[in-house]
Amino acid sequence: MAIDQVYGARKVGRYLLLTFMAFIVIFPIYMMVVGALKPGNKVLVNPLLPTDFTTGTLTEAWRAGHLGRALWNSAYVAVLITLAQVITSILAAYAFAFLRFPGKTFVFVAFLATLLVPLEATLTVNRRTMQSLSWINSYKALTIPFLATAFGIFMIRQVFLTIPKEMHEAASMDGLGRLGFLWQVAVPLSRPTIGALTLFSFLTSWNQYLWPTLVTTNEKFNTVQTGLKTLKLAAIDKPNLVIAGTVIVALPIFVVLIAFQRQLIRGLTAGAVKG
Amino acid sequence: MKRKRRDSGLAALMLVPSGVILLLFVVYPLIKAVWLGQQRCGVTKCTNNGFDQYLDAFRSNEFQDALIVTAKYALITVPIGLVLGVALAVLADKYMRGVGIFRTIFSSTVATSVAVASVMWFFLLNPQVGVLSEWIGGIAKTPGLLQDPRSALWAVSASSIWANLGFTFIVVTAGLQGVPKDLYESAYVDGAGGFSRFTNVTLPMISPTLLFATVVLTTRAFQSFGEVDLLTEGGPLGKTTTLTYLAYGSGLPTSNDDGLRATVSVLLFAVLLALALVQFRGLEKRVHYGN
Repeated sequence: MAIDQVYGARKVGRYLLLTFMAFIVIFPIYMMVVGALKPGNKVLVNPLLPTDFTTGTLTEAWRAGHLGRALWNSAYVAVLITLAQVITSILAAYAFAFLRFPGKTFVFVAFLATLLVPLEATLTVNRRTMQSLSWINSYKALTIPFLATAFGIFMIRQVFLTIPKEMHEAASMDGLGRLGFLWQVAVPLSRPTIGALTLFSFLTSWNQYLWPTLVTTNEKFNTVQTGLKTLKLAAIDKPNLVIAGTVIVALPIFVVLIAFQRQLIRGLTAGAVKG
Repeated sequence: MKRKRRDSGLAALMLVPSGVILLLFVVYPLIKAVWLGQQRCGVTKCTNNGFDQYLDAFRSNEFQDALIVTAKYALITVPIGLVLGVALAVLADKYMRGVGIFRTIFSSTVATSVAVASVMWFFLLNPQVGVLSEWIGGIAKTPGLLQDPRSALWAVSASSIWANLGFTFIVVTAGLQGVPKDLYESAYVDGAGGFSRFTNVTLPMISPTLLFATVVLTTRAFQSFGEVDLLTEGGPLGKTTTLTYLAYGSGLPTSNDDGLRATVSVLLFAVLLALALVQFRGLEKRVHYGN
């Protein structure tokens, strides 16, 4: 008996409702794409319809917003942070899951406690630190504070704990060694979780907004997020340019997300799963 | 014995990279912020003003107003976002042809960053350019939904509800898939209708997911900065100046004083902690974790 099958009139009703909701959700995106493909003087003419098709607005926005540079900065910063977070998380997770050392529980709780501290509580002091190091307007300021994350350590430790301890013992006796065990056994066994962390870290750093506005004043160091703000302020009388810029900035992440939906869902729901 | 010593060395080596980063950029700045928060700062140096600064700041009109704005913002965005997310997830949970397309559409807003979503909505709500103002009319045309003090917070909320919908949808959908099918079937056999199955089976079974989504959405509401910065810059008349914007925005009494910024951000931390505690105390009891 399949009670989650729907039949007849109720099925039609459900499709209508789904379609209606889909329209509402997708409407802002649709408006942006349509606006981005119109010439500047036609944005207000038939705003709902894709008339006067042109890619000129997109290329102009690309140039005016220095979006190539901004995309490169965002990619560079996000990849660096992601790689570092995954590696530092794997290392620390290994220590917490497989090694015995004095004060382990205390150290672990101390690491976890950093999750309670909201970013917003630390940024003023961190910005002052960057100032005193003369790191304002540098990739160092954009990346170094985020090279480790207790969230990632915790996530990977949880999956490492599901690997039987005997495998660890056996591997170290077999001459594979501890690092051999980590890279050749533990990491491959945890690939789905590591994948989820990778995507999660990438998205989080790609989407950062507040920190980059605090430590960059030079447009050369604009990420796509702060670049949008610069473009919005500079081209306030040319809405179509800003609209096109938004589309350009949003596109790569749409592609990434469609390609990695599974990892994303795992990453987002990591906290919702009991255990 | 010998084994244990080797473990300690290796463990230290593996913990140092993350330990150093967390110490320098999370633990130290938190402690330092508590100290900085009792100082007043000029461009070059800070002077102690005493820990009463926290009390004074908390009682100040600016902070109280921002606290109220933030609370309102959370009270608008969290329940509406949650109800919409659950409704969409339940709608798209049945086996029907083509439901995958709807799932992709409903998840899609997760791909928009705060900046992208805010700039989008800035133009959507713009009285000169946006079609919404044409349809809605009234204050949506002059002065505009983001410019009118009565509607500004609602307009910012609309943007954020939309931007967070993908997240809520994905999380609730995952929660729904974890509900054992036989529970529905026994409820069906017992004669429970669709609505009764929803309230008696679905809701209790996904309550851990709902708690998680509530906590995340509330935290996001209290930490909202980008949407305010890009949509309204805290205006009009401070009606959208949230706590985080008070701590980091420009053109405010706090803006040129790192001491006051630290005061506000430490107070924000305290508010968030209190909130998390209340949420877990109050909601944990009603959450059903299964066996």
